[in-house]
Amino acid sequence: MAESILKCSNVSIVFGGLTAVDDFNMYINDGELIGLIGPNGAGKTTAFNLLTGVYAPTSGKIEFCGENVTGMKPSEITARGMARTFQNIRLFSELSVLDNVKIAFHKHIRYNLLEAALRIGRYMEDEIRTDIEAHKLLKIFGLDELANETAKNLPYGAQRRLEIARALATGPKLLLLDEPAAGMNPQETQDLMNLIAWLRKEFKITILLIEHDMSLVMGICERIYVLEYGKTIAMGGPAEIQRNPHVIRAYLGGDD
Amino acid sequence: MIERRTDALLAVVGLVLFAIIYGLIEADVIGPFWKLNIIIICINVIMSVSLNLINGYTGQFSLGHAGFMAVGAYVSVVLTAKLHLPFAVAILVAAVAAGFVGFLIGIPTLRLNGDYLAIATLGLCEIIRIVIMNINYVGGAAGFTGIPHHTTFTWAFLVMLATLFFVKNFVNSAHGRACIAIRENEIAAEAMGVKIVNYKVLAFTLGAAFAGVAGALFAHSFYILMPGTFSFLQSFNYLIMVVLGGLGSITGSIAGAFVVTGISAALAGVPEFRMIIYSIILILLMFYRPQGLFGYVEITNLPIFRYLKNMSPEAKRAMGIDGEDKGKGGEA
Amino acid sequence: MDFFNVFVQQIINGVSLGSIYALIALGYTMVYGIIKLINFAHGDIYMVGAYVSFFAVTMANMSIVPALLISMVVTALLGMLVERLAYAPLRHAPRISVLITAIGMSFLLEYGSMYFVSPTPRTFPEVMGNLAYNIGGFVINGQQLLIFAITIILMVVLTYVVQKTKVGQAMRAVSFDTETAQLMGINANRIINFTFGIGSALAAAGGVLVGVYYNSIDPLMGIMPGLKAFVAAVFGGIGSIPGAMAGGIMLGVIEALVSGFISSTFRDAAAFAILILVLLFRPSGIFGKAVREKV
Repeated sequence: MAESILKCSNVSIVFGGLTAVDDFNMYINDGELIGLIGPNGAGKTTAFNLLTGVYAPTSGKIEFCGENVTGMKPSEITARGMARTFQNIRLFSELSVLDNVKIAFHKHIRYNLLEAALRIGRYMEDEIRTDIEAHKLLKIFGLDELANETAKNLPYGAQRRLEIARALATGPKLLLLDEPAAGMNPQETQDLMNLIAWLRKEFKITILLIEHDMSLVMGICERIYVLEYGKTIAMGGPAEIQRNPHVIRAYLGGDD
Repeated sequence: MIERRTDALLAVVGLVLFAIIYGLIEADVIGPFWKLNIIIICINVIMSVSLNLINGYTGQFSLGHAGFMAVGAYVSVVLTAKLHLPFAVAILVAAVAAGFVGFLIGIPTLRLNGDYLAIATLGLCEIIRIVIMNINYVGGAAGFTGIPHHTTFTWAFLVMLATLFFVKNFVNSAHGRACIAIRENEIAAEAMGVKIVNYKVLAFTLGAAFAGVAGALFAHSFYILMPGTFSFLQSFNYLIMVVLGGLGSITGSIAGAFVVTGISAALAGVPEFRMIIYSIILILLMFYRPQGLFGYVEITNLPIFRYLKNMSPEAKRAMGIDGEDKGKGGEA
Repeated sequence: MDFFNVFVQQIINGVSLGSIYALIALGYTMVYGIIKLINFAHGDIYMVGAYVSFFAVTMANMSIVPALLISMVVTALLGMLVERLAYAPLRHAPRISVLITAIGMSFLLEYGSMYFVSPTPRTFPEVMGNLAYNIGGFVINGQQLLIFAITIILMVVLTYVVQKTKVGQAMRAVSFDTETAQLMGINANRIINFTFGIGSALAAAGGVLVGVYYNSIDPLMGIMPGLKAFVAAVFGGIGSIPGAMAGGIMLGVIEALVSGFISSTFRDAAAFAILILVLLFRPSGIFGKAVREKV
């Protein structure tokens, strides 16, 4: 068995009386592209929020790269190499596209306050490097011409791509994408899936992807986890999942 | 370098302005009334730009800025009038003391946001004032007398210039961007690795420290220092400068301090109408230009600066791009 | 025994002062509950209330109760006018703009009044004579009795309006969810305006009672009590009507005890210290979830 980059053991979270995620177990090996699917309200985003530290689990343990990250703050988890996008886009909307990405380079900045205030020491070097790297990333996502545009003025699809670019700027080992294709048309969705597959090779990263639409994930994911009512009802390869009677009942039968 | 060019240009503009005003004061073209008002404008610029750091850039809502100013003012007068230390030392210690108070206040109040933070900081500012009123060593409610008149135009202007450069460089650095990210979207900022708590406390500490500097300059502009000066109404005044000038704009803070102090001075002849006119202007401004005079826009975005930036071939080569956008957001 | 005497006397004084805070706090809490605005001008409405009754008593020779009613009506209209002119146009503006407008409005009322009625404090006429009751060694004077009576009456009326009437139901609905309330056919703008009216009338009553109690009124008298009343509203749990009543009275009692036993100079500091402690440890106020009814 290859080394697990992420391992969740028996993770649960209770809000009031509702167990939003119940006894969630998941492992992701280095370099995999994993899908997390399930009908609306199944707890997919909550699972993401648990992994990235937005919520602390009520019980269970989350290990990332062999380190126990349970209960850590999101910034600490990001610093360890996990990055995410948000289902309901959360860009720094009043800032330029370029600044959105620059902010995500935060953990690579070495200069301190004094160096920043006096523009001495590592300030210039770091700023130039940040600028170059940010433009490089924007080019990959076809956003370079829009670098000085205010983020909120971008078309919807471009905003989603900017979110991914921004997440990549943090230099993650594991990238979590929360419904990256939501609201996109079939052509945009297809392009995005190709881009994701390409990114994974190019940046040598592991990807965990939430999708609402199951057929979409089948094409690119190696393994798929299926959640329903906070519980994991199935896990396996795309073909396996498609045949799984629980999934068919819960998911295909329940939705659409 | 691009940024160095802008810096140099700004420094030259600042120093030329200094030389002109200095000359006018020396030549008695500017009389004592307007000279004092110019010094007050410099102090108010420091206050509004430092409050902008907290309210405009980091998106927190402090309504207690006069409290930090009071700490700086009182600490500095104790050092100069009682301990006979040099003014420069007093200014530095005032900054450290006020910054420390800001740090102490910043930690617990960070759990609050929006209106609650506003009202808590307002309350803390009032507590600081009441505590000072009850310390007999600094004159209590009657005020502190016998303060050496150290604040000259030169001091006020140069300290203001240094503050502006510090704040400008800060907000255009990764640290400043982290603060701006918090303002824009706290959850996303944290997900990008920004340590929210640290940066909020940092913004509070820095903002308070500069308010302390302004307090030291203010205290040494007069012979007597009264705790009543630093009531929450004074904090409102600084908030108004920041909002009038434009949240998140240094140029705006300068303009805000200038306009508010200018209006106050110009209406000094009609005291019974002064506050009435002032309040009507304020309300109309919120109706017709709620983003302030310079919301999110800097003077360095004006064509002259863009032109200079684009001229730098060295930077173009280094970055493989045209004219770099100076960190500060949203103005493109 | 001496300690006990001072203690009880300060409680009596504190409840009188606190009743006034409570009356002002109600306006804050209702307005905050409905449009999330700290209406800084509210304290000045209270000042206007005091002046209206002052002129009613001195110039029209009215007795205190009709003067109180007139001042409540006038300030209710003023509060509604302020809301219409200054806040309604900014309904969808950023919160800070509305807050600054409220600060501007506050200055306008303060200095506008100063222009019309002069900045010198006025002596509020004696309306209760030298009435004083000695109950078991404790003194309750006529002013205090008037404060208790009027506060209780107004609170009963307010509770009735909010709980039992159609407009009260609409107020609660708008406060809970403005948009849904509008979908249910409630004219939210009118309800918000009405809320300002009620809140202002209550504040005016507070202003009249302060005039009666302290015998002195001036154009800047609203600043501190306004702020304290907001503290009281937060203390009780902002948005909660019973919370504002209880918070006001408790704040008054605490202040009276601090001035009675420590020093009156720390009275104001005590109020703010309470505010900060409440915000840090129980931001939902002492009544918190228990009285979660918002208006």
